[in-house]
Amino acid sequence: MSEVKLTYQVDGGDLVQAGEASSKMKMTLKKLGMPAEAIRKAAICMYEGEINMVIHADGGRVEVEVGLDKIVIRLIDHGPGIPDVDKAMEEGFTTAGAAARNLGFGAGMGLPNMKRYSDDMEVDTIVGVGTTVTMRVDC
Amino acid sequence: MTVKELIQMLALTKFSLPQPDREVTGGYVGDLLSWVMGRAQAGNAWITIMSNQNVAAVAVMAEVSCVILTEGVVPDDALLQRARQQGINLLGTILSTYDTAAALKQFLS
Repeated sequence: MSEVKLTYQVDGGDLVQAGEASSKMKMTLKKLGMPAEAIRKAAICMYEGEINMVIHADGGRVEVEVGLDKIVIRLIDHGPGIPDVDKAMEEGFTTAGAAARNLGFGAGMGLPNMKRYSDDMEVDTIVGVGTTVTMRVDC
Repeated sequence: MTVKELIQMLALTKFSLPQPDREVTGGYVGDLLSWVMGRAQAGNAWITIMSNQNVAAVAVMAEVSCVILTEGVVPDDALLQRARQQGINLLGTILSTYDTAAALKQFLS
């Protein structure tokens, strides 16, 4: 299998609809015959990222590269950026509002989960410009 | 134990049951969705009082064997629809969360 590239658009604002892009990616990874555990990890990573983009950045774009031995997920948004990445990575730290928390989100576990389930994660962020999170899941 | 067997033992309400023969590997209790995704294992029965549509997405991503809504909570229409579309076993009970988890533990051991 040569490398497959996938792109998804994530709409901002509607938290209830979030998860559509991740569901689609998950189905595609299954069709491509990727290993089950890698699919689960990649799907959780991307869903958490999708939720973050909806809550904080009014949506964004996701690029996924699927290779033989790895899945690379790049979440690109033009939101407010993250002023203190170390703080944002702490379990329980959140800046999400009441609306997100009422739906069961905003527990401060999104970025920590993305780190937990990926084999490598990089956060490039500039306040006022946007954030790109790149995650690699090994197969 | 399969989801179908769990339904019989706990007399659970079947809101959506597209995969009755899925194996239940254990349980996880939680209402904060990222905690569930961070901690639940694939195949777990997820016990919760959350009933909005995002529950379906979390169930799909975490690959739980079923979702059990406790305390008499019923799914909202959007969740019900999504569970049916996405092949999620969505169940209910009037038992408390504690009693449901305790019973599940007993049946599994």
